[in-house]
Formats: sequence, C-alpha cells, structure tokens
Amino acid sequence: MNKPIGKPVARTEFTQGERRWQADFDASPGAAGRVANRSGIEIKPLYTPQDWSGERYLEALGFPGEYPNTRGIYPSMHRGRSWTQRQLIGLGVPEDYNARLKELLAHGATAVSLIPCNSVFRGYDADEVPEELLGTCGTVVNTVDDMERALADIPLDKISCALNDPSPFTLLALVLAVAKRRGIAWTKITGTSNQSDCISHYVANHMFFRLALQGARRVLTDHIAFCNAQVPGWNPLSVVGQHMQQAGATPAEAMAFTLASAIQYAEDCQARGMDPDVFLPRVTFFFDISVSFFEEVAKFRAARRLWARIARERFGARDPKAWRFKFHAQSSGVDLTRQQPLNNIARVAVQAMAGIFGGLQSLHTDSYDEVVSVPTAEAARIAVATQNILREEAHLTDVIDPLGGSYYVETLTDQMQEKIEAIIARIDAAGGMYAAVGQGLVQRMIGDSAFAFQQRVERGEDTVVGVNAYQTEEDPNAYTVLEYPARERIAAQLIRLRAYKAQRSNGAATKALDALARAAQGTENVMARIVDATEAGATHGEICACLRRELGFGQPLAVV
Amino acid sequence: MAEQRPPKIIVTKIGFDGHDRGSRVVAAYLRDAGMEVVYTPPWQEIAAVVKLATEEDADVIGVSSLATDHLLVPKLMAALRAAALDDVQVIVGGIVPPKDERVLIEAGVAQVFHPGASLEAIADSVRALSATRRAQLEGSI
Repeated sequence: MNKPIGKPVARTEFTQGERRWQADFDASPGAAGRVANRSGIEIKPLYTPQDWSGERYLEALGFPGEYPNTRGIYPSMHRGRSWTQRQLIGLGVPEDYNARLKELLAHGATAVSLIPCNSVFRGYDADEVPEELLGTCGTVVNTVDDMERALADIPLDKISCALNDPSPFTLLALVLAVAKRRGIAWTKITGTSNQSDCISHYVANHMFFRLALQGARRVLTDHIAFCNAQVPGWNPLSVVGQHMQQAGATPAEAMAFTLASAIQYAEDCQARGMDPDVFLPRVTFFFDISVSFFEEVAKFRAARRLWARIARERFGARDPKAWRFKFHAQSSGVDLTRQQPLNNIARVAVQAMAGIFGGLQSLHTDSYDEVVSVPTAEAARIAVATQNILREEAHLTDVIDPLGGSYYVETLTDQMQEKIEAIIARIDAAGGMYAAVGQGLVQRMIGDSAFAFQQRVERGEDTVVGVNAYQTEEDPNAYTVLEYPARERIAAQLIRLRAYKAQRSNGAATKALDALARAAQGTENVMARIVDATEAGATHGEICACLRRELGFGQPLAVV
Repeated sequence: MAEQRPPKIIVTKIGFDGHDRGSRVVAAYLRDAGMEVVYTPPWQEIAAVVKLATEEDADVIGVSSLATDHLLVPKLMAALRAAALDDVQVIVGGIVPPKDERVLIEAGVAQVFHPGASLEAIADSVRALSATRRAQLEGSI
C-alpha cells in the first residue's frame, strides 16, 4: 500500500508538499478555527496517507460480507438489494392506520410498521385513559379484532412487520393470534420487535417503559427464547441507540451505550443456555442519524467492525451471520426545526445519505412537518420520495461503501471506534449497563451532552439554519397540520372495546391471565402465556396490568 | 429588606409521553440560573401536579409536551382553578400546533414555547411570570 510515498524520494516530495500546503493554509483567512464533531473529536482541515495509509486493509476493513464487516455486512449490499423503506406510521383507529399503510405501500414503502397510541405504549386499554389522548399519536390497538382490522388485506406471510412493541410484547402476540386465525404458520412471519430494548426506555424516551427494569429484563429474555423457537423469522431484539441520541447523547455515546446494552442482553441469553449462533443472528439495532454527516457514517462503520469483534471474541459466535451488525436507522427528529420547516426536507436527505453510506439495512425518513405536528400524508409521501430519489436518481447505491478508503472517513472511523470502546470500558467498569443505569451514570452523561449541545446552539457556536442564523419572519399558520382523529371515531372504538369484552368468554380470558400470572411468579416462559392470553380474548391492557402486578411498574430514575 | 426568594418552578410532564430531553435541559438551565426547580419524571397525574404546586408554593408550572399531551393542559388549568390556585402561572413547551396553542392560551396558559426557543427567553419568562404571581398575591392580601 501507499508505494508512492513509501519511496525515499517520494516521501521527501510528500513532506515538502505538505509543508507548502500547511503554510498556504495557515495564511488563508478564517482557516485557524478549531473544529470538532458532536462526539468531541477534533477535525483537521485535511487528511492524507499520513493519517490513514491503507495498511492492514484486510484486518481493518476486509471485503463486504467478510469479517470484520467494516465495509458492509453483505457481499452485495445496496447494489444487490435496496434497504427496506420502513416508514413509521400510526394514527387514529385501526381502519385509519390500515388506509395509511396501503397508501404508503403503494408509494414504494416495502415493509409495515406499527406505532401504537401512547396509551398502548404505557400499557393501557382505551377505556383506562383520558379520551383526549386516544389516537392522537399512534393507533389504538387493544384486541385481536383491532389487530385484524389494522392489518386487513396485508399479506402477513409476505411482508416484514416492525412493531413498536415494548415488553411484554402484546402487539406481537396479537399479530401471532391474527396469523393463526388466517391460517398462516408462525414460521412464515417476519419482522422485528422494535422497542424491545428495556434499558434504553429506562434511560431515555421513557414512554415505552411499562414494567420495572428487572421485570422487563426477564420478559425480554423469555421473548427472545420464545421467538427463536416458535417464530424463527422474527427479530425479537432490536437494541436502540436512537432514544439515547435523541435525548442528547453524542453519536459516540449513543453507540457505546447501545453496544453495552446488547452485551448485557447477550449475556442474559447465554446465562439461559442459549447458543450465540442461534440468538445473535436475530439481534438487530436501531439508530438515530443526525445531520453530522461524516460523523454518522464513521459511527456506523466503526460499530459494524466492533460488533463483529464482540460477537466473535466476547461471545464466541462462530456463524458469520452472528457477527452481522444489522440496523434500522431513522433520520433525527431533534435536528429538525420548526422555523422554516421545509428546510427539514434538505436535512432529512443529508441524514438519509449518511445512513445509506453507513450501510443501513432499513430506513425511516422523517417528515418535514414532524416538528409541527404528527406528520401529514403529503409530508410522509415526500419522506418516502426522498429515499427513492437518493437511490434511483442520485445512484448512491452503485458502489458498495463508497466512502471507504477516504483518508478522512477511515481516520474518523478509527477515532469513533476508540471513543466508543472507551465508553464501553467505562460501562464495563461500572458493572455493565444495568448497573450503570441504576446508578444514573448513563443518564447524567446524556443530560450533560444535551445541555452542552443546547449551549453551543445558544452561543451560536453550532449553526442551526432558521434558529440561530438566517432567520426570517414566519407565519406560524402557514403550514397544514394533521387533524386529530374525529372524536366520533374514538367514541366508536371505545364502544367496540366494550362490546369485545362483553362478547368474549370472560372465564377463558381470566383463566389465561391467571396462567400468565403463575408463569411470571415462576420460571416458565411468559411469552407463550401472553400469546395464549390474547387468543383467549384477554386485551393488551389486561395483560400489561397482570404483569405490572407480578413484575412491578416501570418508573424511570429522575435525573437532572 | 429581606432578600427576594428566587422564582420557583415545577418542571413536569403529564399524560403518556416520555421524551424528557427538553424538560431536563430546561430544568437544568433554570436551576443554574438560580431558580428553585422542582423536577418530576414524566406521566404525572394532573391531581399530583396540583398537589405539588400547593405543597411547594410554586410560582410557575412548566409542562413539557412532545407527543400531544398538551391536549390535557386545559384540564390542568381547570384543576388549578378548582384548587384556588389561579395565581400559579403555567407555561407549555414542546410541539404544539398553532391551533392548539390558541386553545391553551384561551384556557389560561401564560405562554407556549416552541422548538428553537432559547433557554434565556424561557428563563426571562419564568422570572416575569413569577413576579406577576407574587404581585397578584400581595395585591389580594
């Protein structure tokens, strides 16, 4: 590698050239300022073979699909198969969701996702909560009948389904119950339990945090074991860096916390006697993509390499599938601005590019109006179109890992890796993620980073167009916002829930919930009992209530 | 003259949303700015916030809402009135569509802060509202 500068004469020429450039650079106006990325890594104005020489290519990078997977987890990456276009959607009642879903599929989305109503996230049925909040931020789904309506005409055996479904995974149970009704074998069901990462909910974006941390931990391990055995095409664990980065963690911190959490979950599976070559291939990740373009690309490349090493060396996985760092990513909502909201379309495009060059497997692009309201249909369409433009017009996918080999990107990838490893070491020293979050260590680091970021924006050190620079006068009423679901539809949904409860066999539902409670008290796998309970007519809220009683109610640590 | 007690604010979230970056950053800033800050985790019941406001003799309640929980704020305002806490000033921060902002203001909310609002602007508002409340209380004695 680098033969030209390896020769004595060429090296002299290189040094002379570098000195010449440095002198010219130093003389240029405005060149002196220090630049650092969000993770605190100082960025030089120029990178050369002095920074990254390409030596140890095979060891550090290798070929796509080969250990350590730095250049991608599959041999053909996006050249062979596009990433999955997975837009998060959820609104109103099941029929509203079903209509929006069909619309998105018609516009090019290739997978299903389901965001339930916030009341569902917190573990309640529609009849347990203030009516004002029903369906305003996700779909109200409480029963098998609701799920049947939400997924009407969607071929469950052909399309991958991502559920925003924290422990105790009632939505998956409802999907499995619907599959059974439709005569579809569970072995044909594919998709992911997003929001299965209970640590991330304890630390940040607590709305998914239903059960006490140790209770959620136990149900998660049960869930992984259950899915590995019964629903082998399902990814039961998605470890989430997104919440922590959205909450203010730097990209390096968010990645380190995520990998540290994944280590704990894998340790729990191993402690149960599960085989890393079986459970690790079904582990996926979910990340935020900020607008800090090169930093994000480097973050993903570094993590891919690190995870391959962790899976192989720390957990002893032998199957190359177990080393693959499969991830879904979402453009960062925190980077979007309410000021001049159409600018967000440009931000989302840059974020999406960083994720694509970072080698993602699945992508959600935010709608530009997310900062104003729950996305409108038009804004959601533009978000999908952005992905189509990047792939099919801009040809970003013609070359695998196209930024690989850049002196800058490779240097930054190494530096991000060092930073991530240092934070993981700190978590390990604290006794692992469960111990670190119990002490508030992670929460404080995130809070400090969020505060520091906000101060940089307020001091004008970090530019946010329309917020602290290039401001314009704006009419706040200029943009259409999504209407909340009509109250009559919500009222009808409540009537439906009451009718469902009246028509089912209460004896069967109660019996199934009792069996669930006993499983939770003992060591039996609770996930099988949760599916049984949905089939016996128990609702989402009843299952959550049962497990709250048995395993404790989720309360995060309040740290300021 | 006795030194003026610093403004006291409850920073809270009602409803189901758990996004607490904003509430944590604002709480930390106001505390650093010398105010007395009572911070709660998310998911507070309205009755619990009213009780806290009474016990703490808070000047201002700051409600953070990123996922439509602001729709419950009119209920909070009614509960404060019912508890004879009309003097307590309420501000809301987060994602609030313009139409909803009008509803909140009509319900008695003093100010709504949107994404991009500066911390100093929030601090200034809390100081001013706190002074307003204390003047009101003195006037009513």
